[in-house]
Amino acid sequence: MMPRISLTSSLRDAVDGAESIELHAETIGEMFAKLAERYPRMADRIDAGIAVAIDGQIYRDDWNTKIPADAAEVFLMPRIQGG
Amino acid sequence: MGHDTNYQDREFKIIGTRVKRPDGIDKVTGRAKYGADAFAPGQLVGKVLRSPHAHAIIQKIDISKAEKLAGVKAIITSADLPDLTGSNRGMTDILENCMARGRALYHGHAVAAVAAIDEQTAKQALKLIKVTYKLLPHVTDVDEAMLPDAPIIQDFVLQDGKPSNIAGISTFGHGDVDAGFAEADVIVEKSYKTEQTHQGYIEPHACLANVSSDGSGELWVTTQGHFSFRVVCSTLLGLDMAKLKVTSSEIGGGFGGKTHVWTEPLALALSRKANRPVKLVMTRDEVFKASGPTSSTSMDIKIGAKKDGTITAATAMLRYQDGAFPGIWGMLGAMTAYACYDLKNVKTVGHDVLVNRPKVAAYRAPSAPMAAFGVESTMDLVANEIGMSPLDFRIKNAAKEGTQASYGPVYGPIGIGPTLEAVKKHPHMRAKLKKNQGRGMACGFWFNFGGQTCVDLNIGPDGTVSLTIGTIDVGGSRASLSLIVAEELGIPYDQVRTNIGDTASLGHNDTTEGSRGTFSSGMAAIFAARDAVGVLRERAAKMWDIPVDDVVWADGVATATGAKHSNLPPLTLAAIAAKAASTGGPIAGHNEVVADNAGVSFASHICDVEVDPETGSTKIIRYTVIQDAGKAIHPDYVEGQFQGGAAQGIGWALNEEYIYGADGCLQNTGFLDYRIPVCSDLPFIDTQILEIPNPNHPYGVRGVGETSIVPPLAAIGNAVSHAAGVRMTHIPMSAPRILKAIDDAKA
Repeated sequence: MMPRISLTSSLRDAVDGAESIELHAETIGEMFAKLAERYPRMADRIDAGIAVAIDGQIYRDDWNTKIPADAAEVFLMPRIQGG
Repeated sequence: MGHDTNYQDREFKIIGTRVKRPDGIDKVTGRAKYGADAFAPGQLVGKVLRSPHAHAIIQKIDISKAEKLAGVKAIITSADLPDLTGSNRGMTDILENCMARGRALYHGHAVAAVAAIDEQTAKQALKLIKVTYKLLPHVTDVDEAMLPDAPIIQDFVLQDGKPSNIAGISTFGHGDVDAGFAEADVIVEKSYKTEQTHQGYIEPHACLANVSSDGSGELWVTTQGHFSFRVVCSTLLGLDMAKLKVTSSEIGGGFGGKTHVWTEPLALALSRKANRPVKLVMTRDEVFKASGPTSSTSMDIKIGAKKDGTITAATAMLRYQDGAFPGIWGMLGAMTAYACYDLKNVKTVGHDVLVNRPKVAAYRAPSAPMAAFGVESTMDLVANEIGMSPLDFRIKNAAKEGTQASYGPVYGPIGIGPTLEAVKKHPHMRAKLKKNQGRGMACGFWFNFGGQTCVDLNIGPDGTVSLTIGTIDVGGSRASLSLIVAEELGIPYDQVRTNIGDTASLGHNDTTEGSRGTFSSGMAAIFAARDAVGVLRERAAKMWDIPVDDVVWADGVATATGAKHSNLPPLTLAAIAAKAASTGGPIAGHNEVVADNAGVSFASHICDVEVDPETGSTKIIRYTVIQDAGKAIHPDYVEGQFQGGAAQGIGWALNEEYIYGADGCLQNTGFLDYRIPVCSDLPFIDTQILEIPNPNHPYGVRGVGETSIVPPLAAIGNAVSHAAGVRMTHIPMSAPRILKAIDDAKA
């Protein structure tokens, strides 16, 4: 069973205001592709950079990362910058 | 990919030892080559003309007299830098920040640049360039910039369809804060301000650019990310990326400020126009005016708690200035503000606000220290109201595995609880204080991240090992990475040398930021060394003429296994390397990895201060840093990061401040008037490394470079407030500001 995908508030306007959505994907890349297909306004956000927290672990770059079927949480958040 | 990045618990032989750094001798003897140390035959001197005004339309730039000056070889304005960014907003902003395009947006904004045969001629040429300005109203204060009648900095920034200086509003949190505050026995609301500070790296920005008439180019530069500089510079100048070779010099500090380009595209453009190499070194005055300091801020913090110490709700309204171009600094403040705590109801709102100041850049855990100052100060006030020790109040509310972070996701294993427990046990907390002394503590959080990384490992014919990395070394990572390779290969540390490769030597490496250097290049080095071990086993098998499966690698030698090979003596790495030519050629290992999942980081700091009530001056008496490092590869350099962050935080908390005049011009552009801490200002900064392995790194490494600057503003703020007997809400807590607060409290 695929976990619900939760979104940080700044991304919600791109998915018609939803706090979370249901979507089946095996990798981060597949999830982004399906998100952009279902919500075209997400495409620009994905290009600008989104980090993905899977069960609390933050993935910023690797779109090949698997999303475990038993993951408790997938959370989309802004891609951050460091110093 | 395909490598197992999971933590593997093991006994280390050399990891964790305090070996000498390979760059130490060069750095203390002056042999190390920094940004300004490069030289090319025929090089010119580059200089930049900067706006004397905070906000103005550039009506005309007349370079005719300057062009005629003997020795001037090239002059550029924005006309020489056409917009090739393809409407990429971020790139367009970088282009406009490097060179003003029709308007000067802050005091010090570049307007034109000159390349001449020597510095004197270049300076003379700058004086001959005549710029006609039409002054515009300006705003440099973050709160004033949000007022409805404030001068507008950027026309493309809109709020509700109207021009605005609010470039972004970012909201985070969960639960129902109104309901949470209704449950609270005690509610504390407080407003805070922090002033703008600079990273204060000792080495100014410097580069040597050399563009050939065939379109190829070289850039020698002090930077935190030469690969990223190549991307940005080639995009802005329309150069073929593969034809621009960028070499990073040694770096005299960066702390985020050298993640961005400032004058490098100008040096390349001047070189292209003059067809000569151009060296461009910023003065300290220019570094202050026109590189990337951190935000000044204004914050409203509200925390409600029950008498038993449970926080019922917390909010933070944060206003961060971004300088003249949009950034994400307010957003980062909002994400990190309450990240240390387990809160049922929390809401943070970060505003990114434009002002007529230089474009803000990252500064070590960017934006987190200011938010922590507001939150951790208020935490102390709430603890006091409910009669609980500030430490126990924090322990009671500390985030833990399973906590929903205030910025969204649920935490995995984290280290805030252990750092607080270590504070409780630390002798510093039991030391007695004298008159006019106070103690404060505070917590801090930073994300850390990894990113694209690529390394090469080459074994020489004599058996020595060269590791080439693409993440520049700010604080000792070459020593740490050599330790990792030595550990993997089972050879002495002295047999390994780590070098920084240029952009033509390796695949793309992301910038050394986000505390990623040792985390990500360390991961790649482990896999490259394991790759090389595979080759070494194959070569040993060939030398013995036995199947490779019968060869094992351990403790720096290949050993043939099985009874039928028992008469074969082990082969050392040097012995195998010596025969490389006849067994298949050079022996090497390679790895490219996207080192994601760096693991979040927490720290708790304790600080004792003494405040002179007559003068308001503050002395730091004792300072202790406790932080989770995952695994400390080289403890000296982990401790160095802890101490360095604390030292910078002490300067930020007590002295450092950008001071703007009523004319919108920066008043203190040198280290005499902008006072960073020197040795005599600092106590020995005690450190305690906690090692809670990152489950997503083979050695358990977490980034350590940034978190240590997050708690100091608040820890010192709490200590000063206790010593002075009055709550300090404005950073820096300079002597006049403390004295005024004491006097106001008496009035």
